[in-house]
Amino acid sequence: MAATEVKVLSARYDVPGVDDLEVYEQHGGYAGLRRALEMQPAYIIEVVKASGLRGRGGAGFPTGLKWSFVAQGTGKPVYVVCNADEGEPGTFKDRPLMERDPHALVEGMIVAGLALNSEQGYIYLRGEFAHASRQLAKAIRQAYAAGYLGEDVMGSGKRYHLTLHRAAGAYICGEETALLDSLEGRRGQPRLRPPFPAVHGLYGCPTTVNNVESIAMVPLLLVNGAEWFQQWGTEKSPGTKLICISGEVRNPGNYEVAMGTPISELIELAGGMLDGRELKFFCPGGSSTPMLPASMADTPYTFEDIAGAGSLLGTGALMLFSDRTSVVSVVRRFTEFYEHESCGKCTPCREGGYWASQVLARIETGTGVMDDLDTLERICGSVAGRSFCALGDALTSPIMSSLQYFRDEYVEHIRKGVSPFGVAPQRDVPMLDPAAVAATARERASLSALLSAATSAAGDGSGA
Amino acid sequence: MSAPAAPGAASAEDLVTLTIDGEQVSVPKGTLIIRAAEMVGTIVPRFCDHPLLDPVGACRQCVVEVEGQPKPVMSCTVPVAEDMVVRTHLTSAMARRGQEGTLELLLVNHPLDCPMCDKGGECPLQDQALAHGANQSRFLDQKRKYEKPVAVSPQVLLDRERCVLCARCTRFSEQISGDPFIELFERGALEQVAIYEDEPYHSYFSGNTIQICPVGALTSTSYRFKARSFDVVTTPSVCDGCSAGCGQTVQSRRGEVQRQLARTNMDVNEAWNCDKGRFSFPHLTHAQRLTTPMERVDGELVPTTWSRALARVADAVRASQDVGPGRTALVSGGRLADEDAHVAARLARTVLGTDLVEHRTRFAPADEAPARAVLLARAGGAPGLTYADVEHAPVIVVAGLDPEEEVPVLHLRLRKAWRQHRARIVVVGPHLGTLDGIAWRRVATAPGAEPAALAALAYGDGEIAAALRGDGAPAVLVGERAGAGSLAAGTRLAEAVGGGVAFVPRRAGDAGGLAAGLAPGLLPGGRLLADAADRAEVEAAWGPLPAHLDGAAPVDGLRGILAAAADGAVDVLLLAGADLARDAQSAALAERALARVAGAGTVVVQDLALTETAARYADVVLPVTATQERDGARTDWEGRAQRFRRAVDAPELAQDDWEAFVQLAAVLGHRLYGSLDAIRAEQEQLGVRAAAHPLPEAASAGSTGAPSGDALLAVVRPLLLDGGTMLAGADDLRATARAATVGVSRADAARLGIVDGADVTVTGAGGATVTLPTAVLPDLVPGAVVLPRTSTEPPVTRLADEDGVVAVTLAPVAVPAEVGA
Repeated sequence: MAATEVKVLSARYDVPGVDDLEVYEQHGGYAGLRRALEMQPAYIIEVVKASGLRGRGGAGFPTGLKWSFVAQGTGKPVYVVCNADEGEPGTFKDRPLMERDPHALVEGMIVAGLALNSEQGYIYLRGEFAHASRQLAKAIRQAYAAGYLGEDVMGSGKRYHLTLHRAAGAYICGEETALLDSLEGRRGQPRLRPPFPAVHGLYGCPTTVNNVESIAMVPLLLVNGAEWFQQWGTEKSPGTKLICISGEVRNPGNYEVAMGTPISELIELAGGMLDGRELKFFCPGGSSTPMLPASMADTPYTFEDIAGAGSLLGTGALMLFSDRTSVVSVVRRFTEFYEHESCGKCTPCREGGYWASQVLARIETGTGVMDDLDTLERICGSVAGRSFCALGDALTSPIMSSLQYFRDEYVEHIRKGVSPFGVAPQRDVPMLDPAAVAATARERASLSALLSAATSAAGDGSGA
Repeated sequence: MSAPAAPGAASAEDLVTLTIDGEQVSVPKGTLIIRAAEMVGTIVPRFCDHPLLDPVGACRQCVVEVEGQPKPVMSCTVPVAEDMVVRTHLTSAMARRGQEGTLELLLVNHPLDCPMCDKGGECPLQDQALAHGANQSRFLDQKRKYEKPVAVSPQVLLDRERCVLCARCTRFSEQISGDPFIELFERGALEQVAIYEDEPYHSYFSGNTIQICPVGALTSTSYRFKARSFDVVTTPSVCDGCSAGCGQTVQSRRGEVQRQLARTNMDVNEAWNCDKGRFSFPHLTHAQRLTTPMERVDGELVPTTWSRALARVADAVRASQDVGPGRTALVSGGRLADEDAHVAARLARTVLGTDLVEHRTRFAPADEAPARAVLLARAGGAPGLTYADVEHAPVIVVAGLDPEEEVPVLHLRLRKAWRQHRARIVVVGPHLGTLDGIAWRRVATAPGAEPAALAALAYGDGEIAAALRGDGAPAVLVGERAGAGSLAAGTRLAEAVGGGVAFVPRRAGDAGGLAAGLAPGLLPGGRLLADAADRAEVEAAWGPLPAHLDGAAPVDGLRGILAAAADGAVDVLLLAGADLARDAQSAALAERALARVAGAGTVVVQDLALTETAARYADVVLPVTATQERDGARTDWEGRAQRFRRAVDAPELAQDDWEAFVQLAAVLGHRLYGSLDAIRAEQEQLGVRAAAHPLPEAASAGSTGAPSGDALLAVVRPLLLDGGTMLAGADDLRATARAATVGVSRADAARLGIVDGADVTVTGAGGATVTLPTAVLPDLVPGAVVLPRTSTEPPVTRLADEDGVVAVTLAPVAVPAEVGA
């Protein structure tokens, strides 16, 4: 049985011209802000708390509770930061929202600012999202022109400014403290906590960092009320969720559904598995969430049920893999991603990723040894729970869960000395590239320029 | 040890009691678990943690288990909590496993080239791998490879393969020294320490990064492959590079110094030192080093024996005494140990019978020595204002001093005060110098006009006065370049605001020289020659002082001595570590004096190296021992006396300065001291004057003299790394010297049409010139220029008039229209 979509956040996606303020207003836009201006800031937070909205960026921490931690009355400014650095593999929910309905985020940011007595918000946007950047910039410009942003928000006497910041492309900057460092102009590396951003965040001031989807939902909560939100989902996971279905299904894409929909129905919603393919395993919330075998496909899509199954709802990125796919290959790709994106600050993540991806590469290409499985488990044991931030844990999830459910497949790879799923492409990480061992960053940059020039020249030659 | 704090104990409420491995301990609130464990004697393995750096939590080695916490806890980042139960690797399998796991990961990309690594034998990674690591690695794969080593500075080499990315070096540079241009670049396993080529890593403190590196990633060019840590003889010592008094470790092998390290002394240098202190030892074995006595025969210096040399000096002294009393002079240069200075003072007064003594090669204001004598007596022989006082002062007033160039470790304390407590640093004087990054306010004065500004600082309703009168004891630091009357004014300022004051000289022997009374009119311990009671106290130890010293007005320091010599009133000039031809504030006056004495009398030089003065003027040259080659003591700027011990043997014929003095006295028929202990006993017995003399009244202003016409008055500032003889041979160190420039104010630069960076010809007294690039300084008062003291050829002392005043004119160097034009 296929689930039906519940279009709440995505309701305006197909409205022509909704990225313009006028059309957005005609479709209920800025009603949430008008409502917010009638409310006491603390009451806005109460509504968000009462709704049970949980953070949509991956951790699922209740948004209202998070806001209530932000230190008020310290004499320092309060900052609202939107984490729009959507980088978790398999995740593509914030980007359509910002591209299609950018005012929804702008309105949410203003409401968040009102709720937190903030006069300055930042949208930390993933650098590659060029179109989203144009759309948001236009929306912000229009909101300023219409008096929704600026020195006097809609004549309320309250000031709120919103700045769009395009990031430089690092997965780690989705981690909120690394994001703040990056926003301040430093290298994006996670900060020691405590102090937490709610007390000592951007520029040492009280700060909240929230995901795009969480923030965009808040105006709707104010217009419709907390109970409206709870008509969907469960007590612990109320509301709707933007999910990103990817992998070997007929219609991969972005869907909005009620929380609690079983994963099997989500697969049907996406048109079912591709012809002739059987679901083998899936990652329920992005590549960093432990994979689950097909036998768990009936799990309802809620924070608590997926946790009960041993994984995480994460960002809502449901990645589906069939029996034609080598779990070893998938895990290797994931691990190489985390190796590449490790910021290097702490030993476990930096060295663990480096080591594990080499071991996985060997297993996939047929030069693994049986001891490697034990080695992988021990590496993960030295990384999980010991790394500076959650990136280290993310690195271990696919490895540990795949070993839990598909150890036999690893053994088969090692025994046969070749991947039963066909020869995998060689590892393409510049780890031992001469460019990578040059003395300095500058040398590296110039060397890579040389190398790419050489490559493209070679390409031209072969094409001629 | 259970510590239920005594009722009423002030700090009881700030103590937290916890259990570590079953042992109860009470520690101050906010203490990190790793520090608390140290207090019960458990050293949790660590790499990134350093007690003087902010926690970073990067290496993840210091895993402990905390009851109630499901995850392992990093003890270097988590503060203790009441009733916390901590289990370290000694009692917790989880902690032990965690540490083993991290260690294995740290070795994944480590080259394990211990047998050829300088750190081998003193390497935390090696030690911990041995203590906590597995015998074998399961790592079968490819390690990352880098070119090794790369130079991050002329002194510091980086081997990125060995680096464990603990960020100690980068944190030191950012947090402690404030030279941030060494950073971590890239990410993941490719993360690496690197420098930014446009702003190279130039730091006076770079050696500390080598010392705190927990692996062999950072090594020094000078020590690389020279010795193993287990093959060297280690001797604690005290640095003689400046008046900071840094604890130092000298490591030698087969009688030769291999390297010097900072020795932790939390009261003084904490765990740091400067590169000059660390790397300057090659002068000990440099070709210029004196190894044998010499005398001038037919215009040439030829080797001789100590007995012939001393006999020649004694003959000259006797001949001089036949002409009249007080016709000999003794000048020391700031290198002498306290004991040497004491013997020199006695030799001069009782044997040579002269008050023509001086321990400073600069022309200090006449009131400086008496004012310092007052502070010395007031402190009662103990340190006066200390490093700790400076660190905790809410306001620090600095006049006539550029700590980073003169007393680098004091600069680190000022930075610490600024960084940790937001101490407000007020700079009084013509420019900010290297305090520009941390100064709070600046009171601009013309060069030499600091006293009036200091005197006014505590009064009125300005913000500086308000800050000075606020809570806490301010600190006032007066340096060598502050004008006449500054120390008295600074002392009165400190008195007015309930703070402390200190005179901060540059040279290591300066405080000891003053305490010994090596200045005209002074006697040891803050006593005055003109005071009958003081004289009596000293005569009790020394025997009677010559009658002609009684009541004679003291000459004006070195300027007075040199003027007397130039006028033919000095027959014998004894120079102990004083290269007057280069270092005297006025080279012109010094040369006239030296030429006159060398021609008609006898110039005696006892020194480490064949200095310009020795080569050109000395009749007798006596080789002496360096700090590392002898026992002795030195008093730092605080007034803290610290002893040092012989680390290596001196050249065979070199003697300690005090021995040379004692032997000269013996040849002249006086038995002074038989041992260092005898000198120390007398220093102890004499002590300092029980009650300090009154502070000298402010001297009449204007002693620096306003220059005439177009001339600009120079602030002549020494740079840390200059042309000094004790830097000879330390080529890597000197390669990091800051460029000599002439600092010009914006207004004067505009008026004279000089642009930043352009070469200008600086013309001083007598038409002497140096050509230097310009640095336009936004913080410099118009009418003044800033010149380096001995960083140029010729040194800026050649540009001074005979009063030591450097008034210069600047002319842009014309760029030739064509080559050869």
